[in-house]
Amino acid sequence: MSMSEIFEPFARLLSDIATPAAVRALEVSGDVAPIWSAVEASGYLDILVGEEFGGAGLTLSDAAPIFELLGRHALPLPIGDTMLARALLARAGVEYGADYGSAPIALVTGAQPCVGAGFASAFLTGSPTAPVLQAAEVSATGVHGDRSAVVSLSGSAELRPVAAILRALTISGAAHQLLEMTVAYANDRAQFGKPIGKFQAVQQQLAVLAEQAVAARIAAAMGARAGLDASPLQAALAKHNASVAAAQIAPIAHGVHGAIGISEEYDLQLFTRRLNEWRMADGSEAYWADVVGHARLGQPDVPTTQFIRSAI
Amino acid sequence: MFDSLTISSLPSVDAALAVDLRALIADTVADMPTDKRARTWAGHSAEFSRKLGQAGYLGLTLPKAYGGQERGPFARFVVVEELLSAGAPVAAHWIADRQSGPLIHRFGTEEQRQFYLPKICKGEALFCIGMSEPGSGSDLASVRTRAEKDGDHWVLNGQKIWTTNAPQSHYMIALVRTSGTAADRHAGLSQLIVDLSLPGITIRPIEDLTGDSHFAEVFFDNVRLPADALVGSEGEGWKQVNAELAFERSGPERIYSSVILLDAWASHLREVGRSEASVRLLGGLTAKLAVLREMSIAVTAQLAAGESPVVEASLVKDLGTSLEQSIPSLIAEDLAAHPDEAVDPMLFKTLNYLSHIAPSFSLRGGTREILRGIIARGLGLR
Ligand SMILES: Cc1cc2nc3c(=O)[nH]c(=O)nc-3n(C[C@H](O)[C@H](O)[C@H](O)COP(=O)(O)OP(=O)(O)OC[C@H]3O[C@@H](n4cnc5c(N)ncnc54)[C@H](O)[C@@H]3O)c2cc1C
Repeated sequence: MSMSEIFEPFARLLSDIATPAAVRALEVSGDVAPIWSAVEASGYLDILVGEEFGGAGLTLSDAAPIFELLGRHALPLPIGDTMLARALLARAGVEYGADYGSAPIALVTGAQPCVGAGFASAFLTGSPTAPVLQAAEVSATGVHGDRSAVVSLSGSAELRPVAAILRALTISGAAHQLLEMTVAYANDRAQFGKPIGKFQAVQQQLAVLAEQAVAARIAAAMGARAGLDASPLQAALAKHNASVAAAQIAPIAHGVHGAIGISEEYDLQLFTRRLNEWRMADGSEAYWADVVGHARLGQPDVPTTQFIRSAI
Repeated sequence: MFDSLTISSLPSVDAALAVDLRALIADTVADMPTDKRARTWAGHSAEFSRKLGQAGYLGLTLPKAYGGQERGPFARFVVVEELLSAGAPVAAHWIADRQSGPLIHRFGTEEQRQFYLPKICKGEALFCIGMSEPGSGSDLASVRTRAEKDGDHWVLNGQKIWTTNAPQSHYMIALVRTSGTAADRHAGLSQLIVDLSLPGITIRPIEDLTGDSHFAEVFFDNVRLPADALVGSEGEGWKQVNAELAFERSGPERIYSSVILLDAWASHLREVGRSEASVRLLGGLTAKLAVLREMSIAVTAQLAAGESPVVEASLVKDLGTSLEQSIPSLIAEDLAAHPDEAVDPMLFKTLNYLSHIAPSFSLRGGTREILRGIIARGLGLR
């Protein structure tokens, strides 16, 4: 099976079930059932699970488009988290089916709100090689439309690298969606008798948006290449840059859209709110910059280029 | 959008090139102070360029039949990265190796290839680029320098400016008007190889704000060029120059101009045992360079596949030069945030050299605004 034969059914599935209206409904009701049962039935939750354990056995790198698609649909559900968790649990030989079945799983990597935790009924801590799945209490953030939540477990710094790479991938997906939406809007919306995309000031803003979207995609791909057992340094290169991109892209997309982008009924806000969430999740650009900075200072005698070559 | 720009890895045979090269570089840079190494691709040494040629590090993308190594763009990326990383003086062969050689190979006649390419591969034919004129910077199609046919010669009149390395070069590839007027824009432009030793040519170096003189004004007063000075097709100069700019804009020199300073500052931080804020800054800059490097390799992969990644190269160059420019500014802020801490004079000198020259990073090879315009066209906005 070619890679596109693997991705296309998933892309079609999301186009059907993860419409902007469905995402809004999720945010309001918190009811995962309609989307989750379709995703579960599709078999894609085991995309990263080794073939010897009955999964599709894709590497994180191969499966990167799947995670980017989740971002392209602004999905707040922990689908990517569950895919990662199931792969780690399977290879560690942890039995969880009896207790949790195919429940949504959130990755708990710290004391701050975890992505999708409000939708999850099982929570992963431990480490990539010794994952622990359990139930927990969650406290909602109270932020409008936000279903991330603080989880009553002590978060695992060891899971943070792989979680951060997942966030980089979803940021990349959302970033490209925003790029396309914003370019289309600039070609469509007319002021002063012409499309606003004809104004050079707007074009230059969109060029920056494009640069950041491409940087996020390449950064996320670097992280995915490092795989489930990525080092903190490898995750840092990916997530630092993806978070930097997220912080630049959301304001440009809003700026170009004007007031309509602020309104609830226009879809832009679904993506920019998610970008803000994923930027912070599992370590912001500053957290990961610290990781890189300390690693760099620990290798005094090599030039930057050599440091980078051995880090990736 | 920009889906063809994808992550790619350097083939290990090419990556291995760096090992032997490192020894050759170490010999040359051993006595160079940091502020000289910080000139990276503006540092000139004809002798070092010849050494590189002899050792087989030039003409990596050109066929063996013309003295090249036939190894392709990835090998060139590895070699160029190693040279820039050490601050080796590469200016002498830089333009010939990067763009004039590939241009002559692609558009030149068999005679031109046989004449120029082996010399370029040996580091013995040094080239400069004659595009800009006093009245034509970003608006390159408005050039006025003219070549008129006179029997079997071209007669060249006009002026180029900001020509990097003109005084030390043997040849210029000049974009000139061969028919029509400036109002005809892209039509009627051609590229000529100008032997800079010919009568009627005056070259005046221009000093820059750091005291260096890497560029010059070049005047042409009835310079008689043989008919075979024309490279490519008459009237196709605009198309050719844009293909050339894809080479000019895509390399790692658009991300590494401040890397010598970054290394020197990292050593300083290690010595003084610096605060979290400095470590975070160092980490952020290093992480951004890592991703830019990966983007530059992705563009190299497009070149290796025979594409002309004009938009992608512009995108990486704009991001890259922005980072290069931010490095001296942020390091200046960091160092002077600690007024009671002594700074090594060489670090101070290197920093200030870069602070002064950094504005040029987003001018040379096309300005930020022009590159963003190219990206906007790629997005379908223009
Ligand atoms: C160190 C260095 C080395 C160089 N080496 C060479 C060389 O070897 N050969 C060579 O031919 N040239 C060389 N150049 C020249 C370089 O290519 C030009 O500087 C560049 O193309 C810009 O032209 P300009 O300086 O005339 O600026 P201008 O074109 O006058 O631009 C001035 C400002 O106006 C902006 N601007 C211009 N047009 C537009 C527009 N349509 N929309 C928005 N903004 C616009 C520019 O972005 C810039 O900010 C070199 C320059 C430098 C600094």
